[in-house]
Amino acid sequence: MTKHRLFWPAAVLLALLLANVAFNHDFFAIRVKEGHLYGSLIDILQFGAPLVLVALGMSLVIATRGIDLSVGSTVAISGALACEHIATSASPAALSTVLEAVGISLVVALVLGLINGLLVARLDVQPIIATLMLMVAGRGVAQLITDGQILTVSSAPYKLIGGGYWLTIPFAVILAAVLVALTGLLTRRTALGLLIESVGGNPTASRLVGIRATGLLTLVYVFSALCAAVAGLMISSNVSSADGNNAGLWIELDAILAVVIGGGALTGGRFSLGGTVLGALIIQTLTTSVYSMGIPPETTLVFKALVVIAVCLVQSSAFRAKVNLRRPSSRPPLNPGRARNVEKHEVGA
Amino acid sequence: MAGPPTTDRSLTTEVGADRRPVLELRGVRKEFPGVVALDGVDLRLFPGEVHALMGENGAGKSTLIKVLTGVHPSDGGSVTLAGEDVHISGPLQAQQTGISTVYQEVNLCPNLSVAENILIGREPRRFGMIHWPELRRRARELVRDLDLDIDVSAPLSSCSLAVQQLVAIVRAVDISAKVLILDEPTSSLDRDEVRQLFTVMGRLRDQGVAILFVTHFLDQVYDICDRVTILRNGRLEGEYAIGDLTRVQLVQRMIGGELAELDVLSDASRAEAAEAAAGEPFLRAGALARRGSIAPFDLDIHVGEVVGLAGLLGSGRTEAARLLFGADQSDEGTITVNGEPAALRTPRAAIAHKIAFCSENRKAEGLVGELTVRENLVLALQAARGWARPLSRSKQDELARHWISALDIRPASPETQIRNLSGGNQQKVLLARWLLTDPRLLILDEPTRGIDVGAKAEIQKLVQRLSGEGMSVLFISAELEEVLRLSHRVGVLRDHRMVATLTNDGTLTPERIMATIATGAQK
Repeated sequence: MTKHRLFWPAAVLLALLLANVAFNHDFFAIRVKEGHLYGSLIDILQFGAPLVLVALGMSLVIATRGIDLSVGSTVAISGALACEHIATSASPAALSTVLEAVGISLVVALVLGLINGLLVARLDVQPIIATLMLMVAGRGVAQLITDGQILTVSSAPYKLIGGGYWLTIPFAVILAAVLVALTGLLTRRTALGLLIESVGGNPTASRLVGIRATGLLTLVYVFSALCAAVAGLMISSNVSSADGNNAGLWIELDAILAVVIGGGALTGGRFSLGGTVLGALIIQTLTTSVYSMGIPPETTLVFKALVVIAVCLVQSSAFRAKVNLRRPSSRPPLNPGRARNVEKHEVGA
Repeated sequence: MAGPPTTDRSLTTEVGADRRPVLELRGVRKEFPGVVALDGVDLRLFPGEVHALMGENGAGKSTLIKVLTGVHPSDGGSVTLAGEDVHISGPLQAQQTGISTVYQEVNLCPNLSVAENILIGREPRRFGMIHWPELRRRARELVRDLDLDIDVSAPLSSCSLAVQQLVAIVRAVDISAKVLILDEPTSSLDRDEVRQLFTVMGRLRDQGVAILFVTHFLDQVYDICDRVTILRNGRLEGEYAIGDLTRVQLVQRMIGGELAELDVLSDASRAEAAEAAAGEPFLRAGALARRGSIAPFDLDIHVGEVVGLAGLLGSGRTEAARLLFGADQSDEGTITVNGEPAALRTPRAAIAHKIAFCSENRKAEGLVGELTVRENLVLALQAARGWARPLSRSKQDELARHWISALDIRPASPETQIRNLSGGNQQKVLLARWLLTDPRLLILDEPTRGIDVGAKAEIQKLVQRLSGEGMSVLFISAELEEVLRLSHRVGVLRDHRMVATLTNDGTLTPERIMATIATGAQK
């Protein structure tokens, strides 16, 4: 069972959840209050939904050997655009206004994703550089949209996206679950998943078998931007405001981490959406735990970092092998660079 | 598993009873998920011998070397070095205990000088700084010890591959001179370079170094080796003195049966080809060229015809093929397919015209290593269908089952990662990848390089059969015998120029092709 690729992410998530019980015996309790589900687990799902979405897009980008640093800025731009539209509209509470706002955000995100995708796929700019531009510029754009203010809106239909409930379940959770399921269907029921993994695994070979890598690469960056835009709507809807400075700040790093914890390799190739979702939930659980365990706020980031390192070590098969096979005859210190070179050279020789 | 009875005989004939092996492996076992790569393998190396390690692809040669060099930990068995049990835990430690390896692809830093490469990590120092004059002096000394003439201050990248390999050997010998493993060092060397390498090997043998030599070339085994260990399907087949085995016996022991008979080009096949050649060609290249890689050339490939391309390494064989597949774009000239002009600007366009291309560089341009055999097999077909028309899983399984048995791909498990397969089996998967797209022209660039005799004969037979069924084949190989055996016509390249197209009418000989390569006679 430990061989299954989702075993370690799932085990880590479970361990984190159980650790919480020690501090809060009601941690697993779920109650129905005023027709809504309440409880720590529900909180984790609801507050984790934006990260799940951003990580979802990120996992496809990473599968192509790329990376998308601009998602945090896209989150901010998307929220700012929607709030700006609703705030300046004559009838902010009308459903049509909210739909327009959502539409505007998604279209702009599509354009942003296209820019990233074309820079990477057509102009051959390194993904980290291509998306860094939007990461830096995007925050400025978000602030321009809201004139540097935190823009507050009051609109019941808009509030639903990130803060509302549907059939007692938080709407954001439903939205995220549906999008994850759709992405799963789209990548695994069609050949998209295989083609993406092939392009990430060996771009040259993929070109020679006739895979249109340009289109695929553009597609994953557009998809990543759209995911980030929906996440941005959730985040701003939940607090009924748009904050160009802080909305989605550092979420790109959490998303990358979620993909890696879920078993994705930054060198591209295989991706696992299930792993990514577990990874995102682990990170969200960690954030929640920091509060529920009463860890002093000034040490939270250090705590989080330590747990993340531990999680990555537990998942590293090389590390586990070292711990399991520690022999009395101590091995000489290896020069890691050289050892890796030799192994890379040897694979498949 | 105990060694076969032949072991003792070969020992007494070749090495004195009082000599003890410097390196001895007993019952080495190595398993990978789903595959037993080595099953109780023994190996003995005596000081001052060149010992061949032979076996088909997938027999376990590479795995055995990786166990010896500490890349893979073994799952069982013992390793004794100079009478002491050793546990090899990694490449660096293997080196420190006295086992050095030189790989087919040289593992050095091309941007550094020869001297730096030889002594990197062991630079002579003075006052904590590298003592450059001393470094160069020592490097020169080491090179001279082996009677080599190499400028040690030149950057490694300016040296030929052969010299780079010699530099790697100098380095390996200087680090530790007990056991030297040479993993297919000759596969990209020409005749003179091989001779030079053998001289060095002979010198090292005289100095008492035990050399384990892995190669696919039978001639070389008989030229330089003293004894041979043969592996088959991960098991020890036997250990022999080379003089006790004829070539045929050696090959039989490697493949464990009679060598597949390969027909020479039959008269019927020649006649058919001549008939086809009278009609419209399937593909016609007219003054096709790409600046810096190949001068304008004309080439017709008819239906069911095998056209060989011969020439030295780097003569433009691959470059010509890449233009026909759209892997590189031509600057001038035209291509017509079935009489109609075709703009083959991308591989995708060529594939749409039913052209397929197996690159000479399997690892970098063919395999997607972490995908499974099944996924690699269906990749070209799936790419042609587009993402929205996926092959169902059951269809994929069926295709994988069919082609694995049709080409005898081992291990016969479609869900193995392809990087765990041996070279010959990887090559078969790549062939199957294209065959299942049902191409009309198959371009094969060095399809038999680096694979064993058994798989080689199978691939040659396959080419003959496919051409008999009406597929056109462009066959590129450095081995003239092979080109000649398969091709109806042979295009000869020299210095990035196609200098002649010779018809294989039964009188064409390797010597004549060689003469054409050498003199560049016009057609």
